[in-house]
Order: sequence, then structure tokens, then C-alpha cells
Amino acid sequence: MKKKSSARQQKQRLGFGLLTLMAILTVIPIVAVVVYIFVLGAPAVNLEFITGFPRDGMRAGGILPAIVGTFYLTLGTAIFSVPLGIGAAIYLSEYAPDNRATQLIRIAIINLAGIPSVVYGLFGLGLFVLFLDFGTSILAGSLTLSIMTLPVIISTAEEALRAVPQAFRTVSISVGATKWQTIRKIVLPQALPGILTGVILGLERAAGETAPILFTVAAFFLPRLPNSPLDATMALPYHLYVISTQVPGMPIKIQYGTALVLLVFVLSMNLIATTIRSRARARRQW
Amino acid sequence: MNKITIENLSLKYSDGTESLRDINLEIPDQQISVIFGPAGGGKSSLLRTLNRLNDLADVVEREGTIKIDDQDIYQPGYDVIQLRRIVGMVFARPVVLPMSIRENLTYGLEVAGIRDPNLLENVLETSLKKAALWEEVKDRLEDPGVALSGGQQQRLCLARVLALEPEVILLDEPTSGLDPISTGKVEESLQELKKEYTIILVPHSVQQAARTADQAAFLLQGELIEVASGEVMFTNPQQQRTQDYIQGRFG
Repeated sequence: MKKKSSARQQKQRLGFGLLTLMAILTVIPIVAVVVYIFVLGAPAVNLEFITGFPRDGMRAGGILPAIVGTFYLTLGTAIFSVPLGIGAAIYLSEYAPDNRATQLIRIAIINLAGIPSVVYGLFGLGLFVLFLDFGTSILAGSLTLSIMTLPVIISTAEEALRAVPQAFRTVSISVGATKWQTIRKIVLPQALPGILTGVILGLERAAGETAPILFTVAAFFLPRLPNSPLDATMALPYHLYVISTQVPGMPIKIQYGTALVLLVFVLSMNLIATTIRSRARARRQW
Repeated sequence: MNKITIENLSLKYSDGTESLRDINLEIPDQQISVIFGPAGGGKSSLLRTLNRLNDLADVVEREGTIKIDDQDIYQPGYDVIQLRRIVGMVFARPVVLPMSIRENLTYGLEVAGIRDPNLLENVLETSLKKAALWEEVKDRLEDPGVALSGGQQQRLCLARVLALEPEVILLDEPTSGLDPISTGKVEESLQELKKEYTIILVPHSVQQAARTADQAAFLLQGELIEVASGEVMFTNPQQQRTQDYIQGRFG
């Protein structure tokens, strides 16, 4: 009797150990990437690198145009995708009847998320750059990135809205609030942290993508800052691609320095999202 | 004086379940009317037709009329928002909105467009006093509503309804989650409140029905079996089924 139970306990320990190992294994790649990029890139990063323009065929100087370009692209993507995405999420969560049309919208959103990013790039080239004649510009690039970001924002925002207890809505209606008042005063404020988290995660993806900006906005070498939404611009992910593959004699620390700046940009957005979420969880009253 | 007249009311949900069948009931003013009976009998459905909260549910068929002060509340063009201010509702589980005690109280008025701080302050105090909660919360009005105990939360919900200065108060098993002392406090407030309001209570037990009812209606599987004054209903019911239920032979 005793022997049997100890065998079971051994199995239990084995299973537990195995699962712990798996959890640790998943941490290794992210830590490795960050450390590797940091070690190789840090020596390149100084004030000139962040605030200066590229010189000597991009082999020296700074990457300011690419940093500013990525910032503008992220901002532009936010301007288009955030209102549209949140609006769509509110419709789907609060208003949409359960019928064929709604199912069709949902299927469309799911499939939008599955399209390879290079296809978005090609689509953006066809629609925004050529047909609408925006040219290779921040406008065309932001719109292309927006389409790619929308499904992420819509699905996370819808989830956040649905997580707000139904009872709040019922009570609000029962004291004479309209549906819209209920959404604006109760549901949206409660869902806001979750929505913001989704928005930031979506924008973070947009900031790091290369393929969608390849044909729509990114300039190979443009050592000045853009001064209108119809300007082309350099951007960090594409710049990294260019200096890693297209320029002979490129110092390796410049490549990793650029990668490090991009990584810090994206990871700090991630950090903001995580902070918002954990603060909201601690304060939440339901 | 009858406040509410329900005539030939039938209700069906979209999944085909029949919730209410041919209900005829008159609700007198300034009394506690109790609607009791076993679970699934349609008590909540009946309450929710009175403030048209059922509009939100999957009701497919509703027949008959409901009149409040001789106004058909289902007539086309009827102001549902106004109806819900006149007919307040307290739910089985206290649902405190995720805001402060004060904001919970003034929410209904604010969505109605009332901003006057003096008026809001006044309503706040009177409604909390009527719900017997004022003494316990007057120094902590800015605390989140969820910081209150279960019994206090339910009285807050009652006060929230009173703040709208309604004419009818619907209570759907308001004490089902409360301890006997809190239950006693709520029942006590109801005795006070019936002087000013029409009260319709779905009790959480037959005993509570007997304690509180001025008029009692026995609802069984969507049918109204018997209506009588509280005294008659719980001492000398006319219908065999009513008697069996009250004596605990089923349910």
C-alpha cells in the first residue's frame, strides 16, 4: 500500500518537473535574443547614433530618420486603426444581432488576421500608393499598417468589453439609462484598460513590421526628416534589413545597434501595456 | 386604488418556452403585493414585464396589456426610459456599479440629465435614510460601493432606486443572499416604504411572503392560481394547490 503511493508521488514529481522545465525553456529564447542584441548593439548606441543622420553610405553616423519615421508610422497607424477598431468592437460586443451578417463580419476579421504581412504590403501598394495616388508616403504606409493592425485591436477590445459583467448593463438600463449611456458611462470605462492593452500590442506589431512598409513608404536612404504625411521616410525595420543585406562593408555594430533601438522601442511599448493591465487588475472592483 | 392592471398577459421566449399564461392581476397602491411560487414559475418574468426590462431578453411573443395609472406601457411610442424611472427594480444579487457610494446613488439622476449639486445632495441623503443606510455610510460616501457588506450593498441598491423617486418598486428576491438580520432590516424598510410606494415583492421563501404580504398572488408554472389578501392566503387558501405549496407538500 505504502509502496504504491510513493510510486504515484514519484510520477507526480516527474510530471511537475517536466512542466517546470518546459516553462523555463520558453523563457530562454527571449532572454537569449535580448542579451545577444544588447551585447552586440550597445557599443554602437550613443547620442550621435540616436540623434544624428546617417553618413558615409549609412556606415557611420546616426539613425534618427529611421527612428522618427517609425514613430510617425506608429502614430499614423494609431490615428486610423484605434477609432475604427474600437468602434467595430463596440458594435460587435454591444449591438450586433446574432445573425448571418454578424457571422460574416467575424469571419472577415479572423481572416484579416491570417493574411501574410507581405500581402498587405502589395495590397497597400495597389490601393493606396497607386490607385489613390498617395505615392510612397507615410499616409500610404500608415493605412496599410492600420489594416494589418485592425483585427488585433478589434478582437482584444471586443474581449475586454464582453468581460464587463452583464449585470452592470442590466442595472444601468433599469435605472433609466439608455443603451449608449450605459456603454459610455459603465462599459467603456471598465473595459478601457483591456482595450488599451490590445491597442498597444497591435501598434507594437505595426512598429516592427517590414513587409507592409516595403512598397508603401520606406525609403532606402533618405537622410532628412519627413515634413508631411505625403513624404516617404526611412523606418527602423526596413533600415535594419537594408544595412544587413544591401550595403557592403557595413560595421556589424551599426546593424546590432539599430536592432537594439527597434527592440527597445517595441519592448517599452510592451512594458507600458503590461503596466496598464496589472494596475487595472489591482484596482478592478469585479 | 389600483396602481397596475395586468390583463390577459402571456409571454413566450424565442426558444419556445412559455413563461406566462393569461395572467390577470391588479396591484393596489401603497401595499406590498407578493408574487410567490416555486422556481421557474415566471415570477421574475412577470416583474420584468412591468419595467419592460424584458425588452432586452429574447421575448418573441407578448400578448395582453399592462396599464400603470391607466396608461398602457406597451403602446407604441411609450417612453420606456421614463417608465424605468417610475418603476424601479432591486435584483436578487446586489449589483453595485463600479463607482463610489455617492455615484451609485446619483447615477440614475445623472443619466436623466439632473446635475444640480444641491438637489443631488438632498436626494442622496433622503434616499439613503429611507433605505436605512445613512448612518452607516454618511462618513464614507466616496468609498467604492463594493467596499460595503452584502446587506449594506442591497440597501444601497434599494436607495439607488429610491433616489429616482419612483412610484413602483419591484423587488426580485432581494434578501436571498442576506443573513437574517439584514433580511429583517430590508423587510422593515419595506413596511415603511409602502406608505409612499407601490411595492411588488418576489419573496425568497413562503415565510417571507406570509410576513410581508398585504396582497399575495400564487404563481405556478406560468399560471396565476390564486390571488388573495395576505391574511386569507396564508391561513385559508381556496385552492388545493396553493394549500399544498404553502404547507410544503411540493416546491
